[in-house]
Amino acid sequence: MTSIDKNTPMEDLTIGGDIYDAGNSKDFKTGDWRSMKPVYIEEKCKQCGLCFPVCPENAIPVNKDLKIEDFNFDYCKGCGVCAVVCPFKAIEMKEEGVE
Amino acid sequence: MAYNLKEVVANKPSRFSEGHRMCAGCGAPVVARHILRALKEEDHAVIACATGCMEVSTFTYPYTSWTDSFIHTAFECAASTLSGAEAAYKSLKKQGKLPEDEHTKFIAFGGDGGTYDIGLQALSGAMERGHDLTYVCYDNGAYMNTGIQRSSATPKFADTTTSPAGKVIPGKMQSRKDLTQILVEHHIPYAAQSIAFADFRDLYEKAEKAIYTEGPTFLNVFAPCPRGWGYDTPELMNINKLAVQTCYWPLYEVVDGKYKITYKPAKKLPVEEFLKPQKRFRHMFKPGNEWMIEEFQKEVDRRWQELLDLEEMTNK
Amino acid sequence: MSIRERLSGNEASSFAMKQINPDVVAAFPITPSTEIPQYFSTFVANGTVDTEFVAVESEHSAMSACIGAEAAGARAMTATSANGLSYMWEMIYIASSLRLPIVMSLVNRAVSGPLNIHNDHSDAMGVRDAGWIMLFSENNQEAYDNLLMAHRIAEHKDVLLPLMVCQDGFITSHSIENIMLEEDSEVKKFVGKYEPKHYLLNKKEPISVGPLDLQSYLFEHKAGQAEAMKKAKNVILDVAKDFEQWTGRHYGLFEEYRLDDAEIAIVCMNSTAGTTKFVVDKLRSQGIKAGLLKVRVYRPFPAEEIAKALEHVKAVAVLDKSDSLNAVGGALFTDVTSGMYVNNVNVPTINYVYGIGGRDVPTTQIESVYSDLAEIVKTGNIGNPYRYLGLRTKEGK
Repeated sequence: MTSIDKNTPMEDLTIGGDIYDAGNSKDFKTGDWRSMKPVYIEEKCKQCGLCFPVCPENAIPVNKDLKIEDFNFDYCKGCGVCAVVCPFKAIEMKEEGVE
Repeated sequence: MAYNLKEVVANKPSRFSEGHRMCAGCGAPVVARHILRALKEEDHAVIACATGCMEVSTFTYPYTSWTDSFIHTAFECAASTLSGAEAAYKSLKKQGKLPEDEHTKFIAFGGDGGTYDIGLQALSGAMERGHDLTYVCYDNGAYMNTGIQRSSATPKFADTTTSPAGKVIPGKMQSRKDLTQILVEHHIPYAAQSIAFADFRDLYEKAEKAIYTEGPTFLNVFAPCPRGWGYDTPELMNINKLAVQTCYWPLYEVVDGKYKITYKPAKKLPVEEFLKPQKRFRHMFKPGNEWMIEEFQKEVDRRWQELLDLEEMTNK
Repeated sequence: MSIRERLSGNEASSFAMKQINPDVVAAFPITPSTEIPQYFSTFVANGTVDTEFVAVESEHSAMSACIGAEAAGARAMTATSANGLSYMWEMIYIASSLRLPIVMSLVNRAVSGPLNIHNDHSDAMGVRDAGWIMLFSENNQEAYDNLLMAHRIAEHKDVLLPLMVCQDGFITSHSIENIMLEEDSEVKKFVGKYEPKHYLLNKKEPISVGPLDLQSYLFEHKAGQAEAMKKAKNVILDVAKDFEQWTGRHYGLFEEYRLDDAEIAIVCMNSTAGTTKFVVDKLRSQGIKAGLLKVRVYRPFPAEEIAKALEHVKAVAVLDKSDSLNAVGGALFTDVTSGMYVNNVNVPTINYVYGIGGRDVPTTQIESVYSDLAEIVKTGNIGNPYRYLGLRTKEGK
């Protein structure tokens, strides 16, 4: 976690605005942007692999066995691109907060 | 080794981290992440980015989405900034000031505003000087970061905030500049046009070639913008598909002057298929405006034929 | 052992650059600084230096490439003048805000328009608030010495700011004068190695440079630059002390020439100081207590020290080789007078805009300034404080 926030005194900010903690945007969760939520229907999934490269948020993990896992809702913005590319309707978009 | 999308994604960690603030469904992060996956895992990269959507959303202090080294300076100078970093690498390497077994690759990203327009001079200079770097334009066909103003990459008739479709003037009145051709004319060792399409093989292989060809290389990659184009956000990949299958965005590469069209649609679709889902072209479908679609189609056909001719001519 | 030579200002500057042996030089030709990249590319072509020379297509790219190189972990240098600096303007601010100790040789020339290739200080004055350390040089020797000291100042951990060494176009850059040069090995030792803490090419610690810096952070980052500028003053003096020990040549924040007992004084920068020294000596021989304060360090501006040095004088004239077009006076005048005001020094002070577009500044003009000052001392009447020197008007003589 970066220790810098809007209360950090100037002496403790990094010089020139450099960041030495590469890839630390992972600390910034974008999941709360979502108004639509993808629902993964495992039994329909044929593991064809069309969904994960199209995710702008890298929120569809692929494990070492080359299998897709459930969405990473810390980052998923609910764009729905994955649901459209899925030929097997294994991803359904539902309104966020509605079960 | 044969390309396998799943293996690439599973085995090569993303070098473009989540937590970035690009719009939901933006085409650009998809492109950038996959291009960076073409890097050898053991190689370090210095990435430069022009001011634009991608820069402001991936490095908002104190958060960076880049796992490699990254530099942003201004709108028009990603290419010259990266030239300097590449020159530093050459110099320090020559002097033995950097570890001998470490390799650094240099990649710039710019939108069409930072590349076709304000950054064209710096790009042209860097290409002509022969720096060992890859410049990637993610082309979304307007200045999206400032609110959808027309650029020289904006297609003819598109409705933008500085080329609005009005009662007298029906959108942008000029055809788009063909930047890839301009770069080809720099006689660089590798220039290509690509897209995130099907299993992304086209994008991956071109990125790999561009990054690992010595000297200046250029990739022009189509990157839809749901907000600026006014299509239904989940349709990203269908828009990409239509751009390719209508030949609006031909996929090709030019290696040492030889053209190779890397995808020829079995059946070339009419361009209105591509135009129709996008609100920026909505006015073209009003009764009485058929001439606009006809004219658009003619230009697409002309450019596609030109490309076919170039391929034939340079492979004789 | 110092070596006696005869060199022009541009030759001296490129010679200093050769001895510094920077990792990257990116430059674009513009009169009157063109010779610097010209000479330097000869050193590169002959393998005299280890530098990668980037022959960019514009000054904007020159500064962009310097920024890229310096951020990558290299020592980067450039040279320019006038419109070249104007074209860099955007990147000048970015270089300093990214805290990159780039060193530039600025050969001062009038900024267009209309087009003029000759000397004044309008280029430098245009970037006076851009966060660069600015050293001015009276002659080739000072241009050379300031460059030798530049990296030690700019790269100091308390500073980390870019630095420009100014000299007058043609007057200094193209005039051949005697100079004392130092030996290559001694220069190398004095300048030292550049060891940045964080840099792009460090695979072990990838960094991101140049963020979008919003409302919660930009203020503090800017104040950080201001803090560094304040600290630079002592660093400049410390480096000058070491330099004097090595070469015997003394440098301060400014030079006081026969000022300690002066009654009337001129404040100016660069080559006009040489002309003024000649006039001071002449007036002194006539029993007139004339003196000179030559500003060397313009940014950070030594306001308190200058005010103190002028405290005892009865009237002061500040010469600006650039008009601020603000209906009040030149930039140096504003800096000097505000410095005096906040330090409770109340000496009658007037301003002359002079030498614009390379207009010659003969000794008679400088003499006329001293006689105007004598008149003010005699009558106590300042009259118009914002004046021109050598301007043709219907009214003028």
